[in-house]
Amino acid sequence: MKIVMAIIKPFKLDEVRDSLTAIGVHGMTVTEVKGYGRQKGHTEIYRGTEYAVSFLPKLKIEVAVPADQADKVIDTITAAAKTGQIGDGKIFVFGLDQAVRIRTGETDVAAL
Amino acid sequence: MTLNLLFRAGLTFGVLAAVLADPALAQAPAAAAEPTVNKGDTAWMLTATVLVLLMTIPGLALFYAGMVRTKNALSVLTHVFYTVCVVVLIWAVYGYSLAFTGGSSFIGGFSKAFLAGVTPDSKAATFSVGANIPELVYIAFQMTFAAITPALIVGAFAERMKFAAVALFIPLWVTFVYFPIAHMVWYWAGPDAVDAAAKALAAAADGAAKTAAQAKLDEVNADSGWLFQWGAIDFAGGTVVHINAGIAGLVGALIIGRRIGWPKELMSPHSLTMNMIGGSLLWVGWFGFNAGSNLEASGGAVLAMMNTFVATAAAALAWMFVEWAAKGKPSLLGAVTGAIAGLVAVTPASGYAGPMGAIVLGLIAGAVCFFFCSAIKNAAGYDDSLDVFGVHCIGGIIGALLTGILVNPALGGTGIVDYTAGKIADYDFLNQMKAQIVAVVTTLLWSGIGSAIIYKVVDLIVGLRVTVEKEREGLDLTEHGERAYNM
Repeated sequence: MKIVMAIIKPFKLDEVRDSLTAIGVHGMTVTEVKGYGRQKGHTEIYRGTEYAVSFLPKLKIEVAVPADQADKVIDTITAAAKTGQIGDGKIFVFGLDQAVRIRTGETDVAAL
Repeated sequence: MTLNLLFRAGLTFGVLAAVLADPALAQAPAAAAEPTVNKGDTAWMLTATVLVLLMTIPGLALFYAGMVRTKNALSVLTHVFYTVCVVVLIWAVYGYSLAFTGGSSFIGGFSKAFLAGVTPDSKAATFSVGANIPELVYIAFQMTFAAITPALIVGAFAERMKFAAVALFIPLWVTFVYFPIAHMVWYWAGPDAVDAAAKALAAAADGAAKTAAQAKLDEVNADSGWLFQWGAIDFAGGTVVHINAGIAGLVGALIIGRRIGWPKELMSPHSLTMNMIGGSLLWVGWFGFNAGSNLEASGGAVLAMMNTFVATAAAALAWMFVEWAAKGKPSLLGAVTGAIAGLVAVTPASGYAGPMGAIVLGLIAGAVCFFFCSAIKNAAGYDDSLDVFGVHCIGGIIGALLTGILVNPALGGTGIVDYTAGKIADYDFLNQMKAQIVAVVTTLLWSGIGSAIIYKVVDLIVGLRVTVEKEREGLDLTEHGERAYNM
């Protein structure tokens, strides 16, 4: 099993979720995060004081999938989240040792 | 004025009238009629008082809290709320007496401590002969001014001062700085007393009577504050409130030092929504502050209201457009701050300037305060966190000086009433400006030096600043054990 973690632009959430549902991925965890990569921040001015703000708001999506589906999930997320502008985000894949569905006790792939 | 003073004036008159009863001498005029209290004036003053309270809580509280970081928002709200409560009590117990009774020209006495002798029927003078308001509403109205002035100061040292230090500072400051300045600028015997003494002098027929009447008039005129005697005019508190609090704020910011991480670390306002709400409440409440300072529901009040509208709007737009040109974007914080700068500047002028003059005043105040809060503050490098000096002191100085110019009837102003002569005095630019400058400088020195001493005393007793760890953690949690937000 794998965890696919994607950092995406916040307004892309609905598109990504709908695309994942279409390929049979029915659960995800979403966190609001800040970050930067190559996308530069902006300047905020409050009265006399100027701040260079480099952290930008993003969303982190985490999906647990069977290992053989990982590539398909990566492609789906990429297609949905892409705008072509700097700051589209990144996808990371982690190995997942165990999974349990709390309500039923099902484990591993049956829990996903 | 009090019944006591009126009685004395009337008694003097009665004696003179008896002396002049000889039909061979000129006829003595009728004694002055007892001043009346009218329900319209009283109703307005009750309302104005409440509006000024609204300015402080929640107006100023929200205006300030929105500008600090989330972790300190509650501490700012607490500083302001505490200030109102403690000053209300101090005012009632001895503040009113020190500020508004006779004593010296620098401070009053304790004759009305614990509001001794004041009843619901006691009267206070307005600016019209023969018209009084209940003394208790005058006391309450002035009480709200005494409360908001120290509350303004807390913005300068926000996010790093111990609550214990604030708690001790406020009572000391109002006692030794605010009450004397309020007394010096605003205390006088009232128009009824001056008018009665002037009429007695006019009626005095022979040398001895004239000398006695002149002595009486001199005594009445001397029963006033030092800056009042200079002829300085300040309708609603440009010096007493704004320059006063502004310089006290600067001194505090300099003594306590910069916030950790200022100016490099991100310290953006946590809620400009809250800031705008607070600023708007300040504008609304300010109509009580300015128009209420007329003490009657009459022409002076409506003029003050109009000035409070136009000067504020002009200043807000001036700041916004200057900032747009200078920095590239027009900001809401700028517009709201500009409005406050306009309100501050029009405060001393509100009952004296004409509306068009008030617009000019607003435009100047908005632009100048913008430059002060951006260019000058950054160049000087002091951390006056919420721009108490840049807005209140500078705005107050602009207002105080322009009041001396805009009161000129030739510029649409009202002119200044000479109660002894019973008419509007001729406008005298040089003498008026001299008086205004004396008032500004006196306030700066008294408040600047007085505040510095009080800060030092408080530092010795409880210490001014929190530790580095507490400042990093945030005052809400470390000083008050609470979070402003639990979301």
